[in-house]
Amino acid sequence: MLRTNLKHIESEEQFNEIINNNENVMVCCGRMGPMCLPVYDIMENLEEKYPHVKFYDMEFDAPHAHVIRNHPLARTFMGLPFTFYYKNGEAVKATTSIQNKKQVKTILDEYFAK
Amino acid sequence: MDVTHFDAIVLGGGPAGLTAGIYLSRANLKTLIINEGSIGGQMVLTHAVANYPGVLEDSGRNISQIMKEQAKSFGCKIESNVEITKLDLKSSKKMVEIDDDEVFTADVIVIATGGKPRTLGVSNEEKFKGLGISYCATCDGDFYTDKDVVVIGGGNSALEEAVSLTKWVKSITILHQFDNFQAHEKAIYEATNNEKISFILNADVKGFLGENHLSGVKYQDKNTAEIKEITTDGVFIYIGYIPNVDKFKDEISVNERNEIIVDSNMKTNVDGVFAAGDVIQKKFRQVTTAVSDGTIAALSAIEYLQSK
Repeated sequence: MLRTNLKHIESEEQFNEIINNNENVMVCCGRMGPMCLPVYDIMENLEEKYPHVKFYDMEFDAPHAHVIRNHPLARTFMGLPFTFYYKNGEAVKATTSIQNKKQVKTILDEYFAK
Repeated sequence: MDVTHFDAIVLGGGPAGLTAGIYLSRANLKTLIINEGSIGGQMVLTHAVANYPGVLEDSGRNISQIMKEQAKSFGCKIESNVEITKLDLKSSKKMVEIDDDEVFTADVIVIATGGKPRTLGVSNEEKFKGLGISYCATCDGDFYTDKDVVVIGGGNSALEEAVSLTKWVKSITILHQFDNFQAHEKAIYEATNNEKISFILNADVKGFLGENHLSGVKYQDKNTAEIKEITTDGVFIYIGYIPNVDKFKDEISVNERNEIIVDSNMKTNVDGVFAAGDVIQKKFRQVTTAVSDGTIAALSAIEYLQSK
């Protein structure tokens, strides 16, 4: 289990329920490593400013994380974390490796405009 | 725009900044730490800190979380992952604006903005981040299992991370711009005696090759001036850090390496502005030295405020 203050996705069923029942979802799939921690922190920081977006993390090595690890958008990814943005159940954007707050906000504003 | 006044503002939330925050707030000063990145600074990049007195071994993240809780327990406010959009250090009432929408003022400022990883600044470096270029062996090493990779750099981090990568990869070529290493003897010994690691010295990296994914590195052989290419599945970059002074180097005196010049009390050339940690001119950059600098800067700032 990731030691963050974000809500965790702990099964494939829960993952499907979350992305299908919420319009805007951001999921950061990673480990407790130096490239992932800043992204979790940024998400925690943005939760209040983006109440129309649900923020979750997912343990990269958990079996159910195959939904992200094996997603076509992640086919060429070779850097943690894999961060996915879902709109009405569909992955609309994905990034690999560390991102800064500005990069995350740019994506949120582009794909999840209020 | 609302303006909130603090006695002291600390810029930076690494070990130096957090320590300054602890001392200032414990002295009953209304204190704010403003941090553009994640709390802990470069310390969170360290998986195991084993030379911090009083702690047998712990992750940099855990130690920084404890420091953060300690600062907050004394009433210190913390704003992290924000952008400093305006700064006035020279006026008697210092001003810091964040994210274009919040303004804070203070009677004293401690700069503890640390350093940021140096980048090569060559073609395709940003494009292939996570697509063949990595900065963390322990994070991304397993993506390169049985592959050939290049490590760029010749300091402690480059050599130690190269050795750590040998758990996964088939081979490693270390590209380094000089003909000798800037690392301690143990790191050099372990890297040079590892059969998976080979070296190309006197090599200036000129760019990264590939279409949608990294496929190679272009470099100049400094011995012959010839431009060469090496095919690789991945590149790990460890070429050191540079001080984070971009936002105030016009106001604060820095040396030729852009490190802030301070006196023995961590005072800068600007009245009421102190500096601490990796951002200042010094030889040894450790968590312990950052904590020491942060302590001195905070105590000097307290003395400064009392004398006003």
